[in-house]
Amino acid sequence: MNIAAIYRREMRSYFSTPLAYVFIVIFLMLAGIFTFYLGGFFARAQADLEPFFTWHPWLYLFLAPALGMRLWAEERKTGTFELLMTLPVSMGDAVLGKFLAAWSMMAISLALTFPIWITVNVLGAPDNGVIVAGYLGSLLMSGAYLAVSACVSSATRNQVIAFVVSVVLCFIFLLLGFPLILDLFKPLLPGAVISFMSTMGFLQHFDSIVRGVVDIRDVLYFITFIGLWLYAGAWAVDHHRS
Amino acid sequence: MTLSRIEAFNLRKEFGSIVAVENISFTVETGEVLGFLGPNGAGKTTTMRMLTGYLRPTRGDVSICGINMLANPVKAKACIGYLPEGAPLYPEMTPATLLRFTGQARGLGGKELENRMDETADLVNLREVWNQSIETLSKGYKRRLGLAQAILHNPEVLILDEPTDGLDPNQKQEVRLLVRQMAQSKAIIISTHILEEVHAVCTRAVILASGRIVADGTPVELESMASDHNAVTILLPTTGASQFAEKLEKIPTVSAVKITPEGEDRCIVQAFPSRGSLILTQVTDLIREQNLNVLELRQEPGRLDEVFRNLTIPTTDPAYGGQA
Repeated sequence: MNIAAIYRREMRSYFSTPLAYVFIVIFLMLAGIFTFYLGGFFARAQADLEPFFTWHPWLYLFLAPALGMRLWAEERKTGTFELLMTLPVSMGDAVLGKFLAAWSMMAISLALTFPIWITVNVLGAPDNGVIVAGYLGSLLMSGAYLAVSACVSSATRNQVIAFVVSVVLCFIFLLLGFPLILDLFKPLLPGAVISFMSTMGFLQHFDSIVRGVVDIRDVLYFITFIGLWLYAGAWAVDHHRS
Repeated sequence: MTLSRIEAFNLRKEFGSIVAVENISFTVETGEVLGFLGPNGAGKTTTMRMLTGYLRPTRGDVSICGINMLANPVKAKACIGYLPEGAPLYPEMTPATLLRFTGQARGLGGKELENRMDETADLVNLREVWNQSIETLSKGYKRRLGLAQAILHNPEVLILDEPTDGLDPNQKQEVRLLVRQMAQSKAIIISTHILEEVHAVCTRAVILASGRIVADGTPVELESMASDHNAVTILLPTTGASQFAEKLEKIPTVSAVKITPEGEDRCIVQAFPSRGSLILTQVTDLIREQNLNVLELRQEPGRLDEVFRNLTIPTTDPAYGGQA
């Protein structure tokens, strides 16, 4: 009930301002550029969407923080935070309602890439099961990026800070399994923690889903990750009230 | 015993090393309009924020309609209508969509919500701007919309932080009238800088200074704390005024007499009673006896602004020069 009210307000605010339209157009343009130029969609001459999905982690790295940075920072800046926090809405409902609205924006944008799915089906005979898995993995990963951004947004009233910090954090989680990031932490943390961290990056989990292997552990990884960051976000929102 | 609608118990709020509110306790019942007075920074807004569950008190307790705010915030908040300081609103929404949102968040829906929105729109005169985006509205409309979202769900408790700030005199009057109309069925707290408002709407007032309650009483009780409470002021021609003043001083219940020239040939004589006594009859008797040509005569109720100044300005601060 309350989640629905928060969710509807957020969605209304996306679509009553240019934000939703600008976001969707930029999303589709960037997705297209990545797929056709960087991914070499046609040159590969294969009927699959791998060059499309491969670039999504990098697409979300900037687009998710852009969407997430305003979630709380804007409310705190304009003072509507006080209005929201004195409505009879639980912290969980407020955090979840806002998150789900932002995630819906991602889902809508992602859904609007459907012409590329039609294209590969016209040009060849792709494995549509793998493509469905790709969309699922992409959506889950975008949720993970958003959950991080929403949490960071609740800690500041400055949207620029929220954006920059979110991008850095998302980048760390994106490449957590790679030496680039692991080497940074190696001198600081015990080996057991490092080897645990090496399995916690977005990219490994995303890659296996995109290859068509929908392992329940990868799905659970993203869902748990989202849950934990939302919980941390709710704590931060509550903490910053007083 | 029925529980009070609003109960604040030993509230204290610290921001870092600063104590913003210290040891504030009071209760408000249905039918009461409690005025929060005090200079800027006295803790009015902080106290209201603790009452509405926005800020968590460092110490103390709040209960609204018998529900503890700290233990059960969602239920307690449901009983409150709150206009935050500065009436913050979502700029991209319209009055219609904003009220629908707060109504839905408060669990209203369907026909009931539509009816309440209609009634509220008429009550605060929002019809003209009903579908206009909030960022284009004038300050007066924004304030009225803030009030509208506070009263939309017909709450038992209404907490309004400076509801008339930024309104023109006519709009101020309308809001005061509205608050008075709603007072019978609700417990209301309003904060204000405008002392005349206390008389116009409040049944009781609390004066805050440096985070503490320094006075709590009805407007009349507060006025009686003024030094010129029940003083008698007489306007008369200058000739014979000083003689009259001397005679006044001889009345046993008169503690002091002050003469101030007014224009070229008139002066104001003011007689102050000793504590707790009334001197009007003695003064009028004397006037009759002297056969004086009095141009104006009145008994002072006591000036609230003087009481306010005396209570809220630290007397040790030489910058203010002490007494009024």
